[in-house]
Amino acid sequence: MDFTLKIWRQDGPQDEGRMETYPISDITGDMSFLEMMDVLNDKIIRDGQDPVAFDHDCREGICGMCSMFINGEAHGPNRKTTTCQLHMRSFKDGDTIYIEPWRAAAFPVVKDLAVDRSAFDRIIQSGGYVSVNSSGNPLDANAIPVPKDDADEAFNAATCIGCGACVATCKNASAMLFVSAKVSQLALLPQGQPERMNRVQRMVDQMDKEGFGNCTNTGACEVECPKGISLDNIARMNRDYLKSQVTGE
Amino acid sequence: MAQTGILKSSLAKKYAMAATGLFLCLFLVGHLAGNLQLFTAGADGGRQFNEYAKFMTTFPAVKILSYLTYFAVLFHLADGIVLSIQNRKARPVRYAMERPSTNAGWSSRNMMVLGTIVLVFLVTHMQNFWWQMHFGEIPMQKLDDGTMVKDLYSVVIAFFNPELNSFALLALGLYLLGQFALGFHLWHGFSSGFQSVGVRHPRYSAIIGLAGKAFSVVVPLLFSAIVVFMYFTQA
Ligand code: HEM
Ligand code: SF4
Ligand code: FES
Repeated sequence: MDFTLKIWRQDGPQDEGRMETYPISDITGDMSFLEMMDVLNDKIIRDGQDPVAFDHDCREGICGMCSMFINGEAHGPNRKTTTCQLHMRSFKDGDTIYIEPWRAAAFPVVKDLAVDRSAFDRIIQSGGYVSVNSSGNPLDANAIPVPKDDADEAFNAATCIGCGACVATCKNASAMLFVSAKVSQLALLPQGQPERMNRVQRMVDQMDKEGFGNCTNTGACEVECPKGISLDNIARMNRDYLKSQVTGE
Repeated sequence: MAQTGILKSSLAKKYAMAATGLFLCLFLVGHLAGNLQLFTAGADGGRQFNEYAKFMTTFPAVKILSYLTYFAVLFHLADGIVLSIQNRKARPVRYAMERPSTNAGWSSRNMMVLGTIVLVFLVTHMQNFWWQMHFGEIPMQKLDDGTMVKDLYSVVIAFFNPELNSFALLALGLYLLGQFALGFHLWHGFSSGFQSVGVRHPRYSAIIGLAGKAFSVVVPLLFSAIVVFMYFTQA
Protein backbone atom coordinates (compact mmCIF):
# COMPACT_ATOMS: atom_id res chain seq x y z
CA MET A 1 0.00 0.00 0.00
CA ASP A 2 1.09 3.59 -0.64
CA PHE A 3 0.29 6.58 1.54
CA THR A 4 0.94 10.29 1.73
CA LEU A 5 1.87 11.21 5.29
CA LYS A 6 1.46 14.75 6.62
CA ILE A 7 3.54 14.80 9.76
CA TRP A 8 4.08 17.52 12.37
CA ARG A 9 7.80 18.29 12.61
CA GLN A 10 9.12 20.41 15.47
CA ASP A 11 12.82 20.54 16.31
CA GLY A 12 12.31 21.26 20.00
CA PRO A 13 10.03 22.90 22.56
CA GLN A 14 10.91 26.41 21.34
CA ASP A 15 10.61 25.68 17.62
CA GLU A 16 7.44 26.86 15.87
CA GLY A 17 6.94 23.59 14.04
CA ARG A 18 5.32 22.83 10.69
CA MET A 19 3.51 20.08 8.79
CA GLU A 20 5.71 18.18 6.34
CA THR A 21 4.70 15.76 3.62
CA TYR A 22 6.28 12.31 3.21
CA PRO A 23 5.25 9.82 0.54
CA ILE A 24 5.63 6.20 1.66
CA SER A 25 5.20 2.97 -0.30
CA ASP A 26 5.44 -0.82 0.09
CA ILE A 27 3.47 -0.86 3.34
CA THR A 28 1.52 -4.04 4.09
CA GLY A 29 -1.84 -4.13 5.86
CA ASP A 30 -0.39 -6.32 8.61
CA MET A 31 2.06 -3.67 9.73
CA SER A 32 1.13 -1.77 12.84
CA PHE A 33 1.05 2.01 12.59
CA LEU A 34 4.27 2.20 14.57
CA GLU A 35 5.96 -0.28 12.24
CA MET A 36 4.94 1.94 9.36
CA MET A 37 6.61 4.82 11.21
CA ASP A 38 9.72 2.64 11.66
CA VAL A 39 9.84 2.05 7.90
CA LEU A 40 9.52 5.78 7.32
CA ASN A 41 12.27 6.61 9.82
CA ASP A 42 14.55 3.98 8.31
CA LYS A 43 14.17 5.67 4.97
CA ILE A 44 14.70 9.14 6.48
CA ILE A 45 17.87 7.99 8.26
CA ARG A 46 19.24 6.42 5.07
CA ASP A 47 18.65 9.75 3.38
CA GLY A 48 20.83 11.32 6.09
CA GLN A 49 18.03 13.28 7.70
CA ASP A 50 16.52 13.63 11.16
CA PRO A 51 14.01 10.82 11.91
CA VAL A 52 10.54 11.58 13.27
CA ALA A 53 10.49 11.40 17.07
CA PHE A 54 7.52 9.54 18.53
CA ASP A 55 6.82 7.81 21.84
CA HIS A 56 6.37 4.06 22.17
CA ASP A 57 7.36 1.28 24.53
CA CYS A 58 5.38 -1.93 24.99
CA ARG A 59 3.83 -2.03 21.52
CA GLU A 60 1.04 -4.20 22.88
CA GLY A 61 -1.45 -1.68 24.18
CA ILE A 62 -0.59 -1.72 27.87
CA CYS A 63 1.96 0.99 28.61
CA GLY A 64 0.24 4.09 27.29
CA MET A 65 3.35 5.56 25.71
CA CYS A 66 2.34 5.61 22.05
CA SER A 67 0.30 8.67 21.20
CA MET A 68 -0.31 10.47 17.87
CA PHE A 69 -3.41 12.25 16.66
CA ILE A 70 -4.09 10.39 13.41
CA ASN A 71 -6.46 11.81 10.79
CA GLY A 72 -8.23 13.93 13.37
CA GLU A 73 -8.61 11.24 16.02
CA ALA A 74 -6.55 10.17 19.01
CA HIS A 75 -4.85 6.83 18.23
CA GLY A 76 -6.50 6.85 14.79
CA PRO A 77 -9.89 5.74 13.55
CA ASN A 78 -10.43 2.51 15.53
CA ARG A 79 -12.12 2.30 18.94
CA LYS A 80 -10.47 0.90 22.08
CA THR A 81 -7.18 0.77 20.24
CA THR A 82 -3.81 2.34 20.94
CA THR A 83 -1.61 3.46 18.05
CA CYS A 84 0.61 0.40 18.46
CA GLN A 85 -2.49 -1.81 18.06
CA LEU A 86 -3.66 0.04 14.95
CA HIS A 87 -2.94 -1.78 11.70
CA MET A 88 -2.42 -0.26 8.29
CA ARG A 89 -5.31 -2.33 6.92
CA SER A 90 -7.53 0.20 8.69
CA PHE A 91 -6.56 2.67 5.94
CA LYS A 92 -7.19 2.63 2.21
CA ASP A 93 -4.40 2.39 -0.32
CA GLY A 94 -3.52 5.91 -1.45
CA ASP A 95 -4.89 7.63 1.69
CA THR A 96 -3.44 10.85 2.96
CA ILE A 97 -2.79 10.46 6.69
CA TYR A 98 -2.37 13.42 9.07
CA ILE A 99 -0.14 12.64 12.05
CA GLU A 100 0.05 15.21 14.85
CA PRO A 101 1.17 15.26 18.48
CA TRP A 102 -1.31 15.49 21.38
CA ARG A 103 -2.26 19.15 21.55
CA ALA A 104 -2.63 20.66 25.01
CA ALA A 105 -0.96 23.48 26.92
CA ALA A 106 -0.31 20.95 29.70
CA PHE A 107 1.40 18.54 27.26
CA PRO A 108 4.17 20.63 25.67
CA VAL A 109 5.81 19.16 22.58
CA VAL A 110 9.31 17.82 23.26
CA LYS A 111 10.09 17.02 19.65
CA ASP A 112 7.94 16.20 16.62
CA LEU A 113 5.22 13.81 17.87
CA ALA A 114 6.59 13.30 21.38
CA VAL A 115 4.96 15.34 24.13
CA ASP A 116 5.77 15.75 27.82
CA ARG A 117 3.03 14.02 29.82
CA SER A 118 4.67 14.49 33.22
CA ALA A 119 1.65 16.60 34.25
CA PHE A 120 -0.11 13.24 34.72
CA ASP A 121 2.71 12.03 36.97
CA ARG A 122 2.39 15.12 39.16
CA ILE A 123 -1.38 14.57 39.44
CA ILE A 124 -0.77 10.99 40.60
CA GLN A 125 1.88 12.17 43.06
CA SER A 126 -0.53 14.70 44.54
CA GLY A 127 -2.92 12.03 45.82
CA GLY A 128 -3.02 8.84 43.80
CA TYR A 129 -1.83 6.59 46.60
CA VAL A 130 -2.98 4.97 49.84
CA SER A 131 -0.96 5.32 53.02
CA VAL A 132 -0.08 1.96 54.56
CA ASN A 133 1.13 1.36 58.08
CA SER A 134 4.20 -0.83 57.66
CA SER A 135 5.42 -0.75 61.25
CA GLY A 136 6.06 -4.38 61.92
CA ASN A 137 2.64 -5.97 61.34
CA PRO A 138 1.64 -5.38 57.72
CA LEU A 139 -2.00 -6.18 57.00
CA ASP A 140 -2.72 -8.62 54.26
CA ALA A 141 -4.76 -6.66 51.70
CA ASN A 142 -6.86 -9.77 51.06
CA ALA A 143 -7.97 -9.80 54.70
CA ILE A 144 -10.32 -6.89 53.95
CA PRO A 145 -13.48 -8.09 52.20
CA VAL A 146 -14.38 -6.11 49.05
CA PRO A 147 -17.76 -6.56 47.32
CA LYS A 148 -17.26 -8.10 43.89
CA ASP A 149 -19.01 -5.27 42.03
CA ASP A 150 -16.81 -2.67 43.72
CA ALA A 151 -13.70 -4.68 43.00
CA ASP A 152 -14.69 -4.96 39.33
CA GLU A 153 -15.42 -1.29 39.00
CA ALA A 154 -12.20 -0.31 40.74
CA PHE A 155 -10.36 -2.66 38.42
CA ASN A 156 -12.01 -1.14 35.36
CA ALA A 157 -10.93 2.32 36.51
CA ALA A 158 -7.44 1.00 37.15
CA THR A 159 -7.06 -0.16 33.55
CA CYS A 160 -6.37 3.46 32.55
CA ILE A 161 -2.89 3.45 31.05
CA GLY A 162 -2.34 7.19 31.32
CA CYS A 163 -1.94 7.64 27.58
CA GLY A 164 -3.56 11.09 27.44
CA ALA A 165 -5.88 10.34 24.51
CA CYS A 166 -8.74 11.77 26.58
CA VAL A 167 -6.93 15.11 26.86
CA ALA A 168 -5.86 15.05 23.23
CA THR A 169 -9.35 14.45 21.94
CA CYS A 170 -11.28 16.73 24.29
CA LYS A 171 -12.22 20.04 22.70
CA ASN A 172 -11.27 21.66 26.02
CA ALA A 173 -8.08 19.63 26.57
CA SER A 174 -9.60 18.48 29.85
CA ALA A 175 -8.00 15.69 31.87
CA MET A 176 -11.17 14.74 33.74
CA LEU A 177 -11.38 11.16 32.45
CA PHE A 178 -7.82 10.34 33.46
CA VAL A 179 -8.02 12.04 36.85
CA SER A 180 -11.41 10.56 37.63
CA ALA A 181 -10.15 7.06 36.80
CA LYS A 182 -7.23 7.53 39.16
CA VAL A 183 -9.49 8.97 41.87
CA SER A 184 -12.07 6.21 41.42
CA GLN A 185 -9.78 3.19 41.51
CA LEU A 186 -8.99 4.10 45.12
CA ALA A 187 -12.32 5.69 46.11
CA LEU A 188 -14.08 2.40 45.36
CA LEU A 189 -11.94 0.29 47.70
CA PRO A 190 -11.98 0.15 51.51
CA GLN A 191 -8.25 0.89 51.62
CA GLY A 192 -8.90 4.17 49.83
CA GLN A 193 -11.51 5.54 52.25
CA PRO A 194 -9.38 7.33 54.88
CA GLU A 195 -7.82 9.66 52.30
CA ARG A 196 -10.78 9.78 49.93
CA MET A 197 -11.84 13.44 50.39
CA ASN A 198 -8.33 14.72 50.68
CA ARG A 199 -7.27 12.82 47.61
CA VAL A 200 -9.97 14.14 45.32
CA GLN A 201 -9.22 17.71 46.36
CA ARG A 202 -5.51 17.41 45.83
CA MET A 203 -5.76 15.66 42.51
CA VAL A 204 -8.34 18.08 41.10
CA ASP A 205 -6.33 21.04 42.35
CA GLN A 206 -3.18 19.69 40.73
CA MET A 207 -5.11 19.06 37.51
CA ASP A 208 -6.19 22.72 37.49
CA LYS A 209 -2.67 23.90 38.24
CA GLU A 210 -1.29 22.00 35.26
CA GLY A 211 -3.53 24.04 32.95
CA PHE A 212 -5.91 21.41 31.65
CA GLY A 213 -9.28 22.73 30.43
CA ASN A 214 -12.72 22.43 32.03
CA CYS A 215 -14.98 19.51 31.27
CA THR A 216 -18.15 20.26 29.30
CA ASN A 217 -19.40 16.67 29.28
CA THR A 218 -19.14 16.19 25.52
CA GLY A 219 -18.16 12.56 26.13
CA ALA A 220 -15.48 12.51 23.43
CA CYS A 221 -12.92 11.15 25.92
CA GLU A 222 -14.96 8.06 26.68
CA VAL A 223 -15.32 7.31 22.96
CA GLU A 224 -11.61 7.70 22.23
CA CYS A 225 -10.21 6.08 25.38
CA PRO A 226 -8.36 2.88 24.39
CA LYS A 227 -9.39 1.27 27.67
CA GLY A 228 -13.06 2.22 27.64
CA ILE A 229 -12.88 4.24 30.86
CA SER A 230 -16.44 5.33 31.65
CA LEU A 231 -17.91 8.77 32.31
CA ASP A 232 -19.28 7.19 35.50
CA ASN A 233 -15.87 7.95 36.96
CA ILE A 234 -16.17 11.65 36.17
CA ALA A 235 -19.57 11.78 37.85
CA ARG A 236 -18.11 10.02 40.91
CA MET A 237 -15.27 12.52 41.08
CA ASN A 238 -17.69 15.46 40.68
CA ARG A 239 -19.75 14.03 43.53
CA ASP A 240 -16.77 13.42 45.80
CA TYR A 241 -15.25 16.84 45.20
CA LEU A 242 -18.58 18.51 45.92
CA LYS A 243 -18.89 16.48 49.12
CA SER A 244 -15.36 17.39 50.15
CA GLN A 245 -16.09 21.10 49.63
CA VAL A 246 -19.42 21.00 51.46
CA THR A 247 -18.14 19.03 54.43
CA GLY A 248 -14.93 21.07 54.47
CA GLU A 249 -12.81 17.98 55.16
CA MET B 1 -10.20 22.53 52.32
CA ALA B 2 -8.58 22.90 48.97
CA GLN B 3 -6.33 25.95 49.07
CA THR B 4 -7.82 27.18 45.83
CA GLY B 5 -11.22 27.96 47.38
CA ILE B 6 -14.58 26.98 46.00
CA LEU B 7 -15.11 29.12 42.92
CA LYS B 8 -11.54 28.96 41.74
CA SER B 9 -11.47 25.26 40.99
CA SER B 10 -12.67 23.99 37.65
CA LEU B 11 -15.26 21.78 39.30
CA ALA B 12 -16.73 24.59 41.39
CA LYS B 13 -17.22 26.62 38.23
CA LYS B 14 -18.97 23.63 36.72
CA TYR B 15 -21.24 23.28 39.74
CA ALA B 16 -22.22 26.93 39.37
CA MET B 17 -22.82 26.43 35.65
CA ALA B 18 -25.03 23.43 36.31
CA ALA B 19 -26.91 25.01 39.23
CA THR B 20 -27.71 28.20 37.33
CA GLY B 21 -28.50 26.31 34.11
CA LEU B 22 -30.87 23.89 35.83
CA PHE B 23 -32.47 26.71 37.80
CA LEU B 24 -33.13 28.44 34.48
CA CYS B 25 -34.81 25.26 33.26
CA LEU B 26 -37.22 25.57 36.19
CA PHE B 27 -37.77 29.20 35.29
CA LEU B 28 -38.65 28.13 31.75
CA VAL B 29 -41.39 25.85 33.08
CA GLY B 30 -42.91 28.71 35.07
CA HIS B 31 -42.65 31.15 32.18
CA LEU B 32 -44.20 28.62 29.81
CA ALA B 33 -47.13 28.05 32.15
CA GLY B 34 -47.78 31.79 32.03
CA ASN B 35 -47.47 32.00 28.26
CA LEU B 36 -49.80 29.08 27.64
CA GLN B 37 -52.63 31.34 28.84
CA LEU B 38 -52.10 33.33 25.64
CA PHE B 39 -53.84 30.56 23.70
CA THR B 40 -57.14 31.39 25.41
CA ALA B 41 -56.53 34.90 26.77
CA GLY B 42 -58.43 36.51 23.89
CA ALA B 43 -61.75 35.21 25.22
CA ASP B 44 -61.98 37.81 28.01
CA GLY B 45 -59.97 40.47 26.19
CA GLY B 46 -56.85 39.46 28.09
CA ARG B 47 -58.18 40.44 31.51
CA GLN B 48 -57.10 37.29 33.27
CA PHE B 49 -53.70 37.38 31.57
CA ASN B 50 -53.15 41.00 32.60
CA GLU B 51 -54.11 40.24 36.16
CA TYR B 52 -51.58 37.43 36.10
CA ALA B 53 -48.94 39.76 34.65
CA LYS B 54 -49.59 42.25 37.43
CA PHE B 55 -49.28 39.52 40.03
CA MET B 56 -45.98 38.39 38.50
CA THR B 57 -44.48 41.89 38.65
CA THR B 58 -45.72 42.90 42.09
CA PHE B 59 -46.09 39.88 44.38
CA PRO B 60 -43.02 39.88 46.73
CA ALA B 61 -42.24 36.14 46.55
CA VAL B 62 -42.34 36.24 42.75
CA LYS B 63 -40.16 39.35 42.83
CA ILE B 64 -37.51 37.45 44.79
CA LEU B 65 -37.71 34.64 42.24
CA SER B 66 -37.30 37.07 39.39
CA TYR B 67 -34.20 38.63 40.97
CA LEU B 68 -32.82 35.11 41.39
CA THR B 69 -33.47 34.55 37.72
CA TYR B 70 -31.65 37.72 36.61
CA PHE B 71 -28.78 36.70 38.83
CA ALA B 72 -28.74 33.15 37.43
CA VAL B 73 -28.62 34.39 33.82
CA LEU B 74 -25.79 36.82 34.55
CA PHE B 75 -23.83 34.27 36.57
CA HIS B 76 -24.37 31.54 33.97
CA LEU B 77 -23.15 33.94 31.31
CA ALA B 78 -20.07 35.16 33.21
CA ASP B 79 -19.15 31.65 34.32
CA GLY B 80 -19.60 30.34 30.79
CA ILE B 81 -17.29 33.02 29.41
CA VAL B 82 -14.59 32.35 32.01
CA LEU B 83 -14.74 28.60 31.38
CA SER B 84 -14.63 29.05 27.61
CA ILE B 85 -11.62 31.37 27.77
CA GLN B 86 -9.76 28.90 29.99
CA ASN B 87 -10.64 26.09 27.62
CA ARG B 88 -9.24 27.99 24.69
CA LYS B 89 -6.01 28.62 26.58
CA ALA B 90 -5.77 24.91 27.39
CA ARG B 91 -5.14 24.19 23.69
CA PRO B 92 -3.03 27.04 22.29
CA VAL B 93 -2.03 25.19 19.10
CA ARG B 94 -4.92 23.67 17.22
CA TYR B 95 -4.91 20.48 15.19
CA ALA B 96 -4.46 20.72 11.43
CA MET B 97 -6.95 17.89 11.02
CA GLU B 98 -9.91 17.44 13.34
CA ARG B 99 -12.91 15.13 13.13
CA PRO B 100 -14.92 16.16 16.18
CA SER B 101 -18.20 14.71 14.94
CA THR B 102 -16.81 11.18 15.27
CA ASN B 103 -16.90 11.30 19.05
CA ALA B 104 -19.16 14.09 20.32
CA GLY B 105 -22.62 15.46 19.53
CA TRP B 106 -23.11 18.74 17.71
CA SER B 107 -24.87 20.63 20.47
CA SER B 108 -22.30 19.61 23.09
CA ARG B 109 -19.60 21.15 20.90
CA ASN B 110 -21.48 24.40 20.30
CA MET B 111 -22.82 25.36 23.71
CA MET B 112 -21.26 28.82 23.66
CA VAL B 113 -22.63 29.68 20.21
CA LEU B 114 -26.07 28.37 21.13
CA GLY B 115 -25.97 30.18 24.47
CA THR B 116 -25.02 33.41 22.72
CA ILE B 117 -28.02 33.15 20.37
CA VAL B 118 -30.20 32.53 23.43
CA LEU B 119 -28.65 35.60 25.05
CA VAL B 120 -29.40 37.80 22.03
CA PHE B 121 -32.93 36.48 22.09
CA LEU B 122 -33.22 37.20 25.82
CA VAL B 123 -32.04 40.80 25.44
CA THR B 124 -34.45 41.60 22.61
CA HIS B 125 -37.23 39.71 24.35
CA MET B 126 -36.76 41.70 27.55
CA GLN B 127 -36.61 44.95 25.62
CA ASN B 128 -39.89 44.12 23.85
CA PHE B 129 -41.97 42.95 26.80
CA TRP B 130 -40.21 43.17 30.16
CA TRP B 131 -39.08 46.75 29.61
CA GLN B 132 -42.52 47.74 28.28
CA MET B 133 -44.24 46.19 31.28
CA HIS B 134 -41.91 47.80 33.82
CA PHE B 135 -41.07 51.17 32.29
CA GLY B 136 -42.94 51.58 29.01
CA GLU B 137 -46.12 53.47 28.16
CA ILE B 138 -48.75 50.77 28.26
CA PRO B 139 -52.51 51.19 27.76
CA MET B 140 -54.54 50.52 30.92
CA GLN B 141 -57.40 48.11 31.24
CA LYS B 142 -60.27 48.12 33.71
CA LEU B 143 -60.96 44.79 35.40
CA ASP B 144 -64.47 43.65 36.44
CA ASP B 145 -63.90 44.76 40.05
CA GLY B 146 -62.90 48.19 38.83
CA THR B 147 -59.11 47.99 39.39
CA MET B 148 -56.89 49.26 36.60
CA VAL B 149 -54.10 47.03 35.24
CA LYS B 150 -51.51 47.46 32.52
CA ASP B 151 -52.81 45.85 29.33
CA LEU B 152 -49.73 43.73 28.55
CA TYR B 153 -51.91 41.37 26.55
CA SER B 154 -52.63 44.01 23.91
CA VAL B 155 -48.89 44.83 23.68
CA VAL B 156 -48.02 41.16 23.17
CA ILE B 157 -50.58 40.36 20.53
CA ALA B 158 -49.99 43.65 18.71
CA PHE B 159 -46.30 42.77 18.53
CA PHE B 160 -47.10 39.61 16.59
CA ASN B 161 -49.83 41.23 14.48
CA PRO B 162 -48.56 41.94 10.95
CA GLU B 163 -51.14 44.72 10.54
CA LEU B 164 -50.01 46.63 13.63
CA ASN B 165 -46.29 45.78 13.53
CA SER B 166 -44.57 45.79 10.15
CA PHE B 167 -41.74 43.73 11.65
CA ALA B 168 -44.08 41.06 13.02
CA LEU B 169 -42.82 38.40 10.61
CA LEU B 170 -39.21 39.21 11.47
CA ALA B 171 -40.11 39.10 15.16
CA LEU B 172 -41.70 35.72 14.66
CA GLY B 173 -38.63 34.42 12.80
CA LEU B 174 -36.23 35.66 15.47
CA TYR B 175 -38.40 34.20 18.19
CA LEU B 176 -38.34 30.80 16.49
CA LEU B 177 -34.57 31.03 15.98
CA GLY B 178 -34.12 31.79 19.68
CA GLN B 179 -36.25 28.80 20.65
CA PHE B 180 -34.36 26.62 18.19
CA ALA B 181 -31.05 27.57 19.80
CA LEU B 182 -32.50 27.07 23.27
CA GLY B 183 -33.64 23.58 22.29
CA PHE B 184 -30.19 22.56 21.10
CA HIS B 185 -28.56 24.23 24.13
CA LEU B 186 -30.72 22.11 26.40
CA TRP B 187 -30.39 18.97 24.26
CA HIS B 188 -26.91 18.74 25.76
CA GLY B 189 -27.24 21.09 28.72
CA PHE B 190 -30.02 19.42 30.67
CA SER B 191 -28.33 16.05 31.22
CA SER B 192 -24.89 17.68 31.26
CA GLY B 193 -25.98 19.69 34.30
CA PHE B 194 -26.75 16.51 36.21
CA GLN B 195 -23.43 14.95 35.23
CA SER B 196 -21.60 18.08 36.40
CA VAL B 197 -22.93 17.75 39.92
CA GLY B 198 -22.30 14.00 39.92
CA VAL B 199 -25.88 12.76 39.59
CA ARG B 200 -25.40 9.58 37.61
CA HIS B 201 -26.68 6.10 38.16
CA PRO B 202 -26.62 2.91 36.09
CA ARG B 203 -30.41 2.77 35.98
CA TYR B 204 -31.76 6.29 36.57
CA SER B 205 -29.39 8.19 34.28
CA ALA B 206 -31.26 6.89 31.27
CA ILE B 207 -34.37 8.58 32.68
CA ILE B 208 -32.54 11.89 33.15
CA GLY B 209 -31.24 11.61 29.61
CA LEU B 210 -34.70 10.98 28.18
CA ALA B 211 -36.25 13.71 30.31
CA GLY B 212 -33.60 16.12 29.04
CA LYS B 213 -34.26 15.28 25.41
CA ALA B 214 -38.02 15.56 25.95
CA PHE B 215 -37.62 18.86 27.80
CA SER B 216 -35.38 20.34 25.13
CA VAL B 217 -37.89 19.50 22.40
CA VAL B 218 -41.22 20.09 24.12
CA VAL B 219 -40.51 23.37 25.94
CA PRO B 220 -39.17 25.36 22.94
CA LEU B 221 -41.85 23.80 20.75
CA LEU B 222 -44.67 25.00 23.04
CA PHE B 223 -43.16 28.51 23.34
CA SER B 224 -42.96 28.58 19.54
CA ALA B 225 -46.47 27.25 19.08
CA ILE B 226 -47.85 30.17 21.11
CA VAL B 227 -46.27 32.86 18.93
CA VAL B 228 -47.09 30.98 15.75
CA PHE B 229 -50.69 30.82 16.98
CA MET B 230 -50.75 34.55 17.75
CA TYR B 231 -49.24 35.46 14.39
CA PHE B 232 -51.47 33.30 12.22
CA THR B 233 -54.73 34.02 14.04
CA GLN B 234 -54.11 37.71 13.29
CA ALA B 235 -52.49 37.48 9.86
C1 HEM C 1 -27.34 33.84 28.47
C2 HEM C 1 -27.17 32.99 27.51
C3 HEM C 1 -26.50 31.67 27.76
C4 HEM C 1 -25.21 31.36 27.54
C5 HEM C 1 -24.15 32.26 26.99
C6 HEM C 1 -25.00 29.99 27.94
C7 HEM C 1 -23.81 29.32 27.86
C8 HEM C 1 -23.57 28.06 28.37
C9 HEM C 1 -22.31 27.39 28.36
C10 HEM C 1 -21.02 27.91 27.79
C11 HEM C 1 -22.47 26.21 28.99
C12 HEM C 1 -21.38 25.22 29.29
C13 HEM C 1 -21.30 24.15 28.31
C14 HEM C 1 -21.37 22.81 28.96
O1 HEM C 1 -21.22 22.69 30.19
O2 HEM C 1 -21.56 21.89 28.22
C15 HEM C 1 -23.83 26.12 29.37
C16 HEM C 1 -24.36 25.08 30.03
C17 HEM C 1 -25.67 24.98 30.36
N1 HEM C 1 -26.65 25.91 30.09
FE1 HEM C 1 -26.42 27.68 29.24
N2 HEM C 1 -26.17 29.50 28.39
C18 HEM C 1 -27.11 30.49 28.29
C19 HEM C 1 -28.41 30.42 28.61
C20 HEM C 1 -28.98 29.32 29.14
C21 HEM C 1 -30.37 29.21 29.45
C22 HEM C 1 -31.41 30.31 29.20
C23 HEM C 1 -30.54 27.97 29.98
C24 HEM C 1 -31.77 27.29 30.50
C25 HEM C 1 -32.95 27.65 30.36
C26 HEM C 1 -29.25 27.31 30.01
C27 HEM C 1 -29.04 26.05 30.51
C28 HEM C 1 -27.82 25.42 30.59
C29 HEM C 1 -27.57 24.14 31.21
C30 HEM C 1 -28.61 23.23 31.88
C31 HEM C 1 -26.21 23.87 31.07
C32 HEM C 1 -25.48 22.64 31.55
C33 HEM C 1 -24.63 22.90 32.74
C34 HEM C 1 -23.47 21.94 32.84
O3 HEM C 1 -23.15 21.25 31.88
O4 HEM C 1 -22.82 21.90 33.86
N3 HEM C 1 -28.33 28.15 29.50
N4 HEM C 1 -24.49 27.27 28.99
S1 SF4 D 1 -8.68 7.65 30.69
FE1 SF4 D 1 -8.36 6.44 28.80
S2 SF4 D 1 -7.67 7.98 27.30
FE2 SF4 D 1 -7.42 8.91 29.31
S3 SF4 D 1 -5.32 8.47 29.94
FE3 SF4 D 1 -6.58 6.79 30.79
S4 SF4 D 1 -6.52 5.20 29.21
FE4 SF4 D 1 -5.80 7.07 28.21
S1 FES E 1 3.38 1.40 22.89
FE1 FES E 1 2.55 0.76 24.82
S2 FES E 1 0.45 1.21 24.55
FE2 FES E 1 1.22 1.59 22.56
